[in-house]
Amino acid sequence: MSGVLSNRWLLALAVLAALLVAQVLLPPYHHTNFARIMVLASFAIGYNIAFGYTGLLSLGHAMFFAAGIYAAGLGAQELGLSMPAALAFGALGGLVLALAVGLIALRTSGVAFLIVTLMFAQAVFLATLYFNEVTKGDEGFVIAEALRRIEIGGAELKLSDPTVRYNVALALFALCYLASIALLHSPVGRVLVAVRENEQRTRMLGYNTFGYKLLAMVISGTISGLAGATYALLFAYVGSTFASTQYSIYALLWVLLGGLGTTLGPLIGTGLMSYLVDFASDVTSSYLIVVGVVLVVLVLAFPKGVVGTVLDRWGSRRGRLRS
Amino acid sequence: MSLLRTEALSKRFGGLEAVRNVDLELPAGEIRAVIGPNGAGKTTLVSVISGRLEPTAGRIFFKDRDITGLSAWQRARAGIVYTFQITSVFPKLSCHDNLALAIQRRRMTGLAGRLREDPAALRAEVEAALARVGLAEDIDRTAAELPYGHQRLLEVALGLALSPELLIMDEPTQGLSNAEIARFCDLVRGIASEVTVLLIEHNMPVVMDLAERITVVERGAVLAEGTPAEIRADAAVQRAYLGT
Repeated sequence: MSGVLSNRWLLALAVLAALLVAQVLLPPYHHTNFARIMVLASFAIGYNIAFGYTGLLSLGHAMFFAAGIYAAGLGAQELGLSMPAALAFGALGGLVLALAVGLIALRTSGVAFLIVTLMFAQAVFLATLYFNEVTKGDEGFVIAEALRRIEIGGAELKLSDPTVRYNVALALFALCYLASIALLHSPVGRVLVAVRENEQRTRMLGYNTFGYKLLAMVISGTISGLAGATYALLFAYVGSTFASTQYSIYALLWVLLGGLGTTLGPLIGTGLMSYLVDFASDVTSSYLIVVGVVLVVLVLAFPKGVVGTVLDRWGSRRGRLRS
Repeated sequence: MSLLRTEALSKRFGGLEAVRNVDLELPAGEIRAVIGPNGAGKTTLVSVISGRLEPTAGRIFFKDRDITGLSAWQRARAGIVYTFQITSVFPKLSCHDNLALAIQRRRMTGLAGRLREDPAALRAEVEAALARVGLAEDIDRTAAELPYGHQRLLEVALGLALSPELLIMDEPTQGLSNAEIARFCDLVRGIASEVTVLLIEHNMPVVMDLAERITVVERGAVLAEGTPAEIRADAAVQRAYLGT
């Protein structure tokens, strides 16, 4: 058992070390791409905790990502929060929204849950347009360069600097990635998976399954919010696109493509998808057709996502469901 | 002292009164069998007791405490454990993880207890719990890989691992081989000193062998109650059930 445990953490450390080294090898364009992918993959990790681990199929996670984006962006711009405070404020935004939405949406399950989360997200999206005096609506706003600085022991780090940006993105990803592994392999994580596999049985074992589902939503929303906040501060832009249904679907796609309920899946899925869109838009202006076709092929070839299918075929049988 | 007591317990599904005015009293330490024809309301009765269904009327007392308002998971924590008629384990999880779910719950106190575990100690406990039903060697197989009879035993092991005070078993021997049934009967006799057992069972030899008292249910109501010998001799029971 301890052998399995260390393997799991060794893989995680190898992935993080590879990402750390990658920054000196990557050309500038891919350097920025990787930073973006790591932030979006953190959002996907948040989504994976709700859907992948706990089985809560939400189609509204863009609202938690957007809550983080707006809380951090407006917090920095309007309230004059420092960067670390703005990040914390963004995570708090995701947490509070997930708690409120979870308390209501979790009274439903299955398709009804999907629809209720979709509706809540739509309400949040419309709110970002309606309150356009504050949010600048569709057009959005750019966070002033002067605000995007972190002071550490007298030294000043500019978030617009590519190296700083890459490493902040990596730090966020490492935090979310390691936290998700720790959570999945804790007693609480085992209960979340049990809720996904057989909720009624889990309840009869004496677990308050509503409470656990709410916990999963809150953790998921907090991570999504933190990812959104980081995205806003690193890429300096806040706009209502991030609250649109598209971003909820992205989270779902990234996780499905990478491997539902696997800890590495979100990174693989986000990276694949991002480069797929990139590559396809180089080839043709109707790149979404290419993306669509490739996605269909990938899903057929890797029915459990890339990581899920690889583990299924070549991984240990024991680690299969909680890897 | 009675461990479990129901007062005028009723459950109605639309026009169907599945459980009618059931007064049941179960002393601590007893093995009680509930028998009756198919559709008599046995499963509904124990579902209401375990909290899977809400009663339409009546009250339930556990250790003299009114638990009618408690949800299923709160009753499980209070010590009322239910094992399902239709096998309900976690098919995709390993037998280890199935049992770990039942075992870890008591340890999950405080933040550290919820986030950390001692894998070796847990595995040892899981192994012991599986050994009670003869499944120790299957610890790393997924539940779905087990033959049906062994899944039934896993279900029983899940119930036992919760250290229940009242163990409600809904047709536990269904689908078991004769050897497995014999083993199961030994197991129930072995735990009867610590656990009160409420058993729904169709297999009459098992009922007559294990039960100290038998409650006969017909069309949602209690038809008769007594020792196995009394039930065998009861004319009404003969007509309703055993005679067939």
